[in-house]
Amino acid sequence: MHQIAGNRVDWKAIREDFPILREQAHGHPLIYFDSAATSQKPRHVLDALRHYYEHENANVHRGLHELSSRATEAYEKSRKRVASYLGATTADEIVFTRGTTESINLVAQAWGGKFVRAGDAILLTEMEHHSNLVPWQLLAERTGARLRFVPVRDDGTLALDQLPSLLTPEVKLFAFTHISNSLGTINPVAELCAKARAVGALTLVDAAQSVGHLSIDVQKLGCDLLAFSGHKMCGPTGIGALYGRAEILDALPPWHGGGEMIVSVTLEKSAFKKPPHRFEAGTPNIAGAIGLAAAIDYIERIGRVEIFKHDVDLANYAVQRLAELPGIRILGPSTERGALVGFVMKAAHPHDLTTFADQYGLAMRGGHHCNQPLMRRFGVTGTTRASFYFYNTRAEIDRMIEILHAAVRFFS
Amino acid sequence: MEELYQEVILDHSRRPRNFGDLPDAAVRVHGDNPSCGDEIHLGVKFGASGELQDIKFSGHGCAISQASASLMTIKLKGKSRAEVMETFRAFHNLVTDEAAEAPKMLGDLRLMQGVRKFPQRVKCAMLAWRAVEQALQQTTGESTISTETDTGSS
Repeated sequence: MHQIAGNRVDWKAIREDFPILREQAHGHPLIYFDSAATSQKPRHVLDALRHYYEHENANVHRGLHELSSRATEAYEKSRKRVASYLGATTADEIVFTRGTTESINLVAQAWGGKFVRAGDAILLTEMEHHSNLVPWQLLAERTGARLRFVPVRDDGTLALDQLPSLLTPEVKLFAFTHISNSLGTINPVAELCAKARAVGALTLVDAAQSVGHLSIDVQKLGCDLLAFSGHKMCGPTGIGALYGRAEILDALPPWHGGGEMIVSVTLEKSAFKKPPHRFEAGTPNIAGAIGLAAAIDYIERIGRVEIFKHDVDLANYAVQRLAELPGIRILGPSTERGALVGFVMKAAHPHDLTTFADQYGLAMRGGHHCNQPLMRRFGVTGTTRASFYFYNTRAEIDRMIEILHAAVRFFS
Repeated sequence: MEELYQEVILDHSRRPRNFGDLPDAAVRVHGDNPSCGDEIHLGVKFGASGELQDIKFSGHGCAISQASASLMTIKLKGKSRAEVMETFRAFHNLVTDEAAEAPKMLGDLRLMQGVRKFPQRVKCAMLAWRAVEQALQQTTGESTISTETDTGSS
């Protein structure tokens, strides 16, 4: 890695760490503006995966041989790395999962199944990704609990003035996103957690869009649970984690049964391990966890404060430049926003726009972004989304504007 | 780019023909493509010998889905059920089969051949056709279809 020059980050050199950024798409240099869907991976992470498979590959927690010790050590070291990255008290508060979706489903099933009853309420917001909505709908169907939603204002922020009537003692859990994947809204997590705590509700933060972009300290945020994916923060796909405060995880029953999660088994009955292993049945994604730790190392080398500054600058610059286009409507807050911009254009449907842009090497996403209720809230069927990461540049945004101007000429 | 968005296609997407409500429709089909939110509302009227006497559509969607629907209504008006199904199969082949020759019978619809190079856009092109396929399976009434539950022959 060669991205630090003195105290300043050499953003240009950082691009060299991502082999895929040299790719061409349809004969044009790739402009990758879809990092909110999945980020690209630096060589550092790819090397860690390769190193694991070439030097350490074995199953964890059971072999008595050398390789198994190496694999177990690397896997558990990765757990510690995630814990320190999030500011967790101990590594036992980190459960490895397949990603944000599985983390939320774990809570909905293990915690929801044990603690939620008919008449209880789960508070969500109107801007949740389907992954932080559907698991709660399923839980509500099973238990008779009700779902409530914090409305979203026209400017893309939460209508916090309505919290007092929504966040009542019936609410057992308040689950909300840190950064909206469609609007870019950054929610005031610490404030929301404090308000939930005041009525005795637990909090679950969907950190999928934030964990790789800004500093997160679960102690400071005061959240009880936090879910995220590795692949949106330079890590491999298929790995993520659930952070849960120790006393919360301790009280939960298993959700998947199998090997790895038991202490002893008879034909009739089993005794289960303590968290986090209680929730990790079967052979885990060992390489994924090691790759995630490598991604964390890489991100921390650059610095999350620097990354956030860079990403916000790109998002603000994109909003400013997009406003030059005729017939454009930009969704989301006009002040602070995360590293993405969703918009609709009179001239073309999001799918036509993204197909057009793709022909010039520009990768964006068009559609509902797993946010169908939110799209309805804003009266659109979908948007085009450009999302950024620290390897993107202002020059790429300038090129996006040129391509969008061409699209306007083409379609109108 | 121009291969997918032929001038005729862009023209039909901007000014779709047979667009609007068919007040005396015998069958109405509401179709949607949940992956992008596109919707079509198709109204169909059958003639004395069961032919497709009149057809209109409304809704919203991308240029491909709008143009496909517009061109389809022009092509299918007056056709017998058997002819409609034959056209359906020919069009489906046209947009999905790399090797298919574009048959003359499709007329302007042949301009949609470019879709086959964009597999993600086949659903857009097929939305209106799935709706008409459903319409033919009934003689009266209303129904809904969705591209996501489609297990079609592609």
